[in-house]
Amino acid sequence: MHRLLNNRHVLGLLFMLPAGLLLLVFLTYPLGLGTWLGFTDAKVGRAGHFVGLENFQFLWGDSVTRLALFNTLFYTAVASVIKFALGLWLALLLNRNLPFKSFFRAVVLLPFIVPTALSALAFWWIYDAQFSIVSWTLMKMGLIHQYIDFLGDPWLARYSTIAANIWRGVPFVAICLLAGLQTIPVSLYEAAALDGATPWQRFRFVTLPLLTPIIAVVMTFSVLFTFTDFQLIYVLTRGGPLNATHLMATLSFQRAISGGSLGEGAAVATAMVPFLLAAILFSYFGLQRRKWQQGARD
Amino acid sequence: MSKFSRRDFLKTTAGAAAAGTLGVGSTMWSGEALAQSQWAPEKGAKLRVLRWKRFVQGDEDMWLANTKKFTEKTGIEVRVDSEGWEDVRPKAAVAANVGSGPDVIISTFEDAHQYPDKLVDVSDVCNYLGGKYGGWYDVCKSYCTEKGKWIAVPMGCAGNAIVHRISVMKEAGFSEFPKDLAGFLKLAQAYKAKGLPPGFALGNATGDGNVWCHWLVWAHGGKMVDEKGNVVIASPETEAALNYGKQLYDTFIPGTLSWLDPNNNKAFLDGQIGMTANGISIYYAAKTSQDPKLKAMADDIGHANFPVGPIGKTTELNLFFPMMLFKYSKYPKAAKAYLAFMMEKEQYEPWQQAAIGYVSHPLVAYEKNPLWASDPKNAPYSNSMKVMLPNGYAGPMGYASAATMADFIMVNMVAEAASGAKTPKEAMERAKARAERYYKV
Repeated sequence: MHRLLNNRHVLGLLFMLPAGLLLLVFLTYPLGLGTWLGFTDAKVGRAGHFVGLENFQFLWGDSVTRLALFNTLFYTAVASVIKFALGLWLALLLNRNLPFKSFFRAVVLLPFIVPTALSALAFWWIYDAQFSIVSWTLMKMGLIHQYIDFLGDPWLARYSTIAANIWRGVPFVAICLLAGLQTIPVSLYEAAALDGATPWQRFRFVTLPLLTPIIAVVMTFSVLFTFTDFQLIYVLTRGGPLNATHLMATLSFQRAISGGSLGEGAAVATAMVPFLLAAILFSYFGLQRRKWQQGARD
Repeated sequence: MSKFSRRDFLKTTAGAAAAGTLGVGSTMWSGEALAQSQWAPEKGAKLRVLRWKRFVQGDEDMWLANTKKFTEKTGIEVRVDSEGWEDVRPKAAVAANVGSGPDVIISTFEDAHQYPDKLVDVSDVCNYLGGKYGGWYDVCKSYCTEKGKWIAVPMGCAGNAIVHRISVMKEAGFSEFPKDLAGFLKLAQAYKAKGLPPGFALGNATGDGNVWCHWLVWAHGGKMVDEKGNVVIASPETEAALNYGKQLYDTFIPGTLSWLDPNNNKAFLDGQIGMTANGISIYYAAKTSQDPKLKAMADDIGHANFPVGPIGKTTELNLFFPMMLFKYSKYPKAAKAYLAFMMEKEQYEPWQQAAIGYVSHPLVAYEKNPLWASDPKNAPYSNSMKVMLPNGYAGPMGYASAATMADFIMVNMVAEAASGAKTPKEAMERAKARAERYYKV
């Protein structure tokens, strides 16, 4: 026993056991169960039977699911691109020597710190069809003559929810990229400056390549968060109007819990996995390639 | 709907009424008398009850006070937990199928039909109460009986009614609220012309959206399914309903497509809309407000039941509450005693009063609850159980009807057609395809 415990490998395994168990119980099992449920006709509280791909077949032909898939892709694409652009811009600004630097850096994080359900409630009021402060202000300024129907018009509702998501997501991107920026040695910029590089060239050939690994990680997370967003939509619209803002996650909840079709809801959730995997693979095999980072092409 | 004829009902009711006479009056509920009765509680009985969370504080306070009274009289400890009403349903389903959880769950709509074999037959309780208090409204039987047996005790429903401004109605030349669809549309147009347009929720609003959209379709004779559960929503009747809905929608305040449950309350109290469908809460918020403007508004608020369509009968949908006793309960007799006790006049009427009319009674005798006469404006809410149809009308209740409502199929259909996003024909074809998934055989 004593000898066994002194063995590095045995000890190593022993120390990993708690973490491994936690992962197994709280991560692998639920994920496996969720995937399995997607192939059954389980109802809330009623064990289901294996039905093969039937759920997926139905979902493929279901107009609401198709709409939700489109909404999710649109929501993720637009929000991620804008979050990246704004986040990078903000990070570059914060990386300069501003007065009250640390104060600004802390303040920028605020939207990210506020619980989503709370900020979503604030946005709910901002977008309200009757009490919107935005509409009110524009009315008082005489710029519009009718309250803007932020959440009542399908396309406007999509853009409004995306705007709320961006507001919430930018700080995460900005602060992570800021951390990345600070790891870039100043000497590289000095060398570039001595070579007569313009600010744009310094950004393009020094900052960007060195930042790419961080960008890859940050944007992977950002895309995952956006793709799986739930709270914001649930508070703002519950998927309305006319299902124009239903995301895969909210639809999954509506079908599985409110509607009781656990199997079908799980199938909606499982259908998200390929997209998420694609996003992860893209970032790991694409953005993290050394060749790309050094500016070369395949 | 279950095959439960009037004759069967009368037979069982009469039988139980005779049995029930043993324990008439409140003396029955003293410990000793109860021990002699049909619901002699098990030794050491303890109960756990899960119910939907109150809409008004008075409801919860009085429910707990009545529960305490029960404990004092019988010595049976009862713990009452509450959850938001939309969360009770999944919890009840899990409890039913895992086989453990609260003894009694007070849930919503057709839950009892989702797992009838997991529920204790409470015919004795229901027949006793029905016999004593003038009988149950018809819709109770749809929601709570199966194959001639009661599988849940009806608690009542949260009634919806039209809430509107009397002064505008009078100005528009209506002496009373119209009872037919043509008059209703005319009135809605008049409200719009007076600058106080109607507003009915068309977003994914679980309560307010479902209530009026179901009424709209049913009033015209449209229905999701027929008696056998075949999806028949794509029909000329539904098309007529959707066309009418479109005309009605044209009078609405902008933005109703985004409305969730709270929006109409806010907009009405702010004086932006003059007509909506809601529980009694708008009126009470105005009546009990300290703001003189709102107090004045309370005097001007009128209530009315929804108008009746060409099918010639009332067709409302209200949020129904069944009280279910699960077979896994170790103390079914104590639980039955509790359910019966809470529905007795001595407890029910004060509770209904404390809930300021938010809950409408399932037993006919409670029409005489002084609450309803105390303010004539309460009256339409006293009819709620009388004027409603069961969810999933006219088909069988169960998983399919519940899922169809949760997926907002009716609301989406009305919203699509009303807003012009789809033609009525397209909207109802889409609703049909969606509903068939749930009603598939």
